[in-house]
Amino acid sequence: MSSLPRDALTGAAIAAPPDGAAVLPRARGRRLAAALPYLQSLPLWLVMGVFLLIPILTIVAVSFWDDQEYALVPTFILDNYREVLTSRVTWTTYLSTLRYAAIVWAATLAIGFTVAYFLSFHVRSALWQMVLFQLCAIPFLTSNVIRMISWIPFLGRNGILNRTLMALGVTDHPLEFLLFSPFAVVLAFVHLYTLFMVVPIFNTMMRIERSLIEAARDAGAGPVAVLRHIVVPLSLPGIAIGTIFVVTLVMGDFVTVQMMSGGQSASVGLMMKNQISLLQYPVAAAQAVVLLATVLLMVWAILRVVDIRREL
Amino acid sequence: METRGPRHWALAAFFALFVLFLYGPTVTIVILSFQGPDGGLTFPMRGVSLHWFANLFQKQMVGDFAGSFRRSLALALIVMGLTVLVALGAGLAFRRRFFGATALFYLTIASLIVPSILISLGIGLMFNVAGLPPAWWSSALGAHLTWTLPFGVLIMFAVFNRFDHALEEAARDLGASPWQGFRHVVLPLIAPSLIGVALFGFSLSYDEFARTVMAAGSDNTLPLEIFAMTTNVTTPVLYALGSLTTAFSLAIVVAVVLVVLAMRRRGTAHAP
Repeated sequence: MSSLPRDALTGAAIAAPPDGAAVLPRARGRRLAAALPYLQSLPLWLVMGVFLLIPILTIVAVSFWDDQEYALVPTFILDNYREVLTSRVTWTTYLSTLRYAAIVWAATLAIGFTVAYFLSFHVRSALWQMVLFQLCAIPFLTSNVIRMISWIPFLGRNGILNRTLMALGVTDHPLEFLLFSPFAVVLAFVHLYTLFMVVPIFNTMMRIERSLIEAARDAGAGPVAVLRHIVVPLSLPGIAIGTIFVVTLVMGDFVTVQMMSGGQSASVGLMMKNQISLLQYPVAAAQAVVLLATVLLMVWAILRVVDIRREL
Repeated sequence: METRGPRHWALAAFFALFVLFLYGPTVTIVILSFQGPDGGLTFPMRGVSLHWFANLFQKQMVGDFAGSFRRSLALALIVMGLTVLVALGAGLAFRRRFFGATALFYLTIASLIVPSILISLGIGLMFNVAGLPPAWWSSALGAHLTWTLPFGVLIMFAVFNRFDHALEEAARDLGASPWQGFRHVVLPLIAPSLIGVALFGFSLSYDEFARTVMAAGSDNTLPLEIFAMTTNVTTPVLYALGSLTTAFSLAIVVAVVLVVLAMRRRGTAHAP
């Protein structure tokens, strides 16, 4: 690989004048050119190695450790996994987390697809397209915690929703299930994560050849047929990327479930967080390994169904 | 391309509702943060005042708002600088094939989809096992970089995919050294994208919660402080803090957009 002359950044060294005096600098330049990508990517390797790879390996190691009086004891035991996998709580919690993931996935997909479809096929001016797209993306750059807090005036006992429902005569007493309930959890998830569907789906939709749609229309296809046979199939990679984001975010969540359910609902992440607060690190680590395996399995399954390599 | 029939307006209405859904709750807490001194967490407004904002800056307030803001700001600036430098380096490297490029790319993407609580727990445990005290400037900094760098690298990836290499070759043909080619041709062209990466680095770090929670050590960052407040504060002071920090985030976004627009205008002004 180092024998190939490379263009781009350091190419000038390769293209040095061919007189004898330049041989040494040229060789050095070529060596530098070959080493350059390694130097340029070294910082990223370092960060990912130290703060992603080693921490995950630490979790895997600690999941086999023992703890005595809140101190970690390096050893190799399977008790932590036994405790995690034989507990009924683990399984019911996984079930409820998977249910959240499924509901939130369906909702974010329906909303995200519709929004992306509107932006890419119904907004004609490129400027407006960009402005409206940014409008959807900006909340991503604000605080999740505050965006959750901001549902209190809506969903609270004396909140806007309850007052409206009572004014409309739908109910005569404030509905208690609005805030601190599974409903609030799903609402907050959809509020926070629909963006992760909109962006990738919008990106793939923008790449669909417009002439393809015109051709289909000329051939007599109605709007539904165009959607079904052209837009949806060609948006699948974007849908897959959005799905990976939403599913992994919901599967690993603990903040949203804790805040919006008021502690009444469980999730795998929350269960882990509680074990961590009790300083049960080895059990939490085993729990983390199981969660990571679950999430990776789900991602693998999604990638088996849809090929997203074209998007990367 | 579409006829503006009922379908179009139905979709437009759906989009408008979506935007309302996105921004409505935040607008509500901004309004409610101006509650009178006797007001509560929900409507109705009992008078209009700056009471809760003033309350925020009083000494007896629960928690350490000023200290956590200073820490979050410093951390966000450090993360921003590192994100730009590391993502730019990786973006330049990924333009060529090198041993381990694919592994590095997948590792970076993995960093995005590994559940945040794993990063948080893993870094916390790593510091624990190594006998190091976690702190916002060490463990939390690393945790933030695992979140900001994938976005930075993906943006640089998209930028260099669209980059016209003929421009660099032209510079080289005109006798520019590699460094000159980078400094005077590549850098000015990708500068707006780098500012975008900086914006992501700053904002995502400033608001990061899930990856920080077990990696921040004894001194809280602002989002951790706010989260702690939600459990023991039941007055609109919570909204005042939320409004202020959201306004700060949005001000940063607007400032960046203005800078990029100004740069673009200057760029086109030079063109014939």
